[in-house]
Amino acid sequence: MLEIRNLKAQVDGKDILKGLNLRVNAGEVHAIMGPNGSGKSTLANVLAGRDHYDVTGGEVLYRGRNLLELAPEERAREGVFLAFQYPVEIPGVNNVYLLKAALNAVRKHRGEQEVDAMEFLQLVKEKMKLVEIGEEFLYRSVNEGFSGGEKKRNEILQMAVLEPQLAILDETDSGLDIDALKIVSHGVNSLRNQDRAIIMVTHYQRLLNYIVPDYVHVLAGGRIVKSGGRELAHELEAKGYGWIEKEVRTGAGAA
Amino acid sequence: MDARIRDHYLAEFERLASSLPGANVPWFQRARRVALEAFAEQGFPTARDEDWKYTSVAAIEKRLFRVAEGVPAGIARDAAALSLGYDCYQMVFVNGRHVPELSRLDDLPEGVTVASLAESLVRQPALLQAALASEAGASGFAHLNTAFAADGAFIHVGRNVMVGKPFELLFIATGADNVSHLRNVVWAEEGSEATVIEHFVGLPESACLTNTVTQIFADANSSVEHYKFQEEAAKGFHVGAIYAHQKRDSRFASHSLSLGAALARHDIGTRFEDEGCDATLNGLYVVAGRQHVDHHTRVDHAKPHGTSREFYRGILDGTSRGVFNGRVVVHQDAQHTDAQQSNNNLLLSREAEVDTKPQLEIYADDVKCSHGATVGQLDEDMVFYLRSRGMDAMAARGLLTYAFANDIINRIRVAPLRARLQAIMLGRLPQADLIRELV
Repeated sequence: MLEIRNLKAQVDGKDILKGLNLRVNAGEVHAIMGPNGSGKSTLANVLAGRDHYDVTGGEVLYRGRNLLELAPEERAREGVFLAFQYPVEIPGVNNVYLLKAALNAVRKHRGEQEVDAMEFLQLVKEKMKLVEIGEEFLYRSVNEGFSGGEKKRNEILQMAVLEPQLAILDETDSGLDIDALKIVSHGVNSLRNQDRAIIMVTHYQRLLNYIVPDYVHVLAGGRIVKSGGRELAHELEAKGYGWIEKEVRTGAGAA
Repeated sequence: MDARIRDHYLAEFERLASSLPGANVPWFQRARRVALEAFAEQGFPTARDEDWKYTSVAAIEKRLFRVAEGVPAGIARDAAALSLGYDCYQMVFVNGRHVPELSRLDDLPEGVTVASLAESLVRQPALLQAALASEAGASGFAHLNTAFAADGAFIHVGRNVMVGKPFELLFIATGADNVSHLRNVVWAEEGSEATVIEHFVGLPESACLTNTVTQIFADANSSVEHYKFQEEAAKGFHVGAIYAHQKRDSRFASHSLSLGAALARHDIGTRFEDEGCDATLNGLYVVAGRQHVDHHTRVDHAKPHGTSREFYRGILDGTSRGVFNGRVVVHQDAQHTDAQQSNNNLLLSREAEVDTKPQLEIYADDVKCSHGATVGQLDEDMVFYLRSRGMDAMAARGLLTYAFANDIINRIRVAPLRARLQAIMLGRLPQADLIRELV
């Protein structure tokens, strides 16, 4: 599904990713953890194609294609979905109509027929139950006046409707209280399947109690410095990130 | 001012004086002479005038505009095509003169009188005297207007009359170097309600000056909704002023929608002359190329318990220039005033420029006042969010531009006018069908 090889990226001329390697297969859930400033959000943004995240080396293959040469909207239509860390408010743009347009953009790209208003509403209402969002959300402007938790739930609703091949959740758990975290996790878990890959970028181990990953990677200093199964998350919880950073420093010193 | 320019307007006045309406109404003739002298002395505004600091009218000054005579052939077709085309009372003016055969004023409710200024000066000059003598501005344009005012609409709505349909005053400019000096008076008596749309258009390729003044009198507990929709031709010039006077518990809403003309200047003011008045000033200016648009607004809270709201937005592309000066004066007596103002500008190019200046003057101590002004480009985070949901970059930018304008357009209460503005905005954007679905 996704193959990242020796990826290097800069933000404002500063090296953030310094040779990152990661392979994600369909059906897998990967957690990428790491201290603040380690490059987690940069990775998510590079994968989604945001401006000002400059790739300076390496490659990213998505289903065998060079992901980096696609515009953000093309990535979206190809089935890549980013759940934003800070979903932006867009006054005057209707939340549910944007979602319908997003779905139709994907369907059109795949050569499928666009959904009509009735079908779409039925689909959305069904998915809304997953994230426990009320109908009043649909007809408001995108994220406008939503609480932090509501914004994150809205992201998961979009993901549920769009059914991406590859979902990247950028700190979807931060700032959520436990009830909201449970709702969001339930939404994500119900989307797990054989054909879909999910990358969760998170600072906190707590999320992984609710969405149990297949693999855990630790990102530090712009590289993945440790990978393991779900038990690695527990080790991080118990020991913090300090020991890994120390390992990286000695490793870097040796290199 | 250059002597050649002054002499041109003095000669024009001598040429026209005897044919101007009210030529045999002594008080108006005196007022015209006084205004002409004031103009001869003062000339057109210059950058030395604080109120005209950012707006140069040199291009108007050197043109030596003339008052046109006669109505061009085929204008009936143009008028029909240009008007908003819905069920309303309509008066059509061509190059500043009322054309009765194009106007539609049948079925006026009882208690409503509508006539051209020229006609009213003949039939009921006394009724107009107080109105015409009140505030009309102090710039050279205002003086020229009083001296040359040839026509306009006089709308009088009697006590407790609710006028169900709007009035559309359609002003058409044709030809080159013609000037229209228009003077409109709207008088809403106690408890009455009326909606007036002033719609300014220029035929393609016309290069005219519109110099217009509207005076609005909103008596106790009346409600006046005023729209100014300026879509003059690309080479046109528009200078206009609106002055409202509000009595106790009256409501006044002004909407200035300024899209056309090479240069447009709007002065819009209201004065709360008694307690409990309410005013809303909305504005949208959308310019591109080398267009210049200037709004100077003024709300005078002279009495207590007044509420004013002001929402102005501008979208500027090309090398266009915008000016917004929003003055709110809370006089000493005006306790419990509640005044809010905002002006937001969206720059679509690096060369477009805006000067925005909120001006709050507060002389009372128990008041609630706020203002905010912004100038910026499209928010790249919003653009990226939309792209990450499958929308291409051009459509995303168009959508955000439209949503920005729509905040003001949605405040328009006359549905056909709102639809017209939306259609114009969408017509300028890519993937209009998609955008329409998303807002």
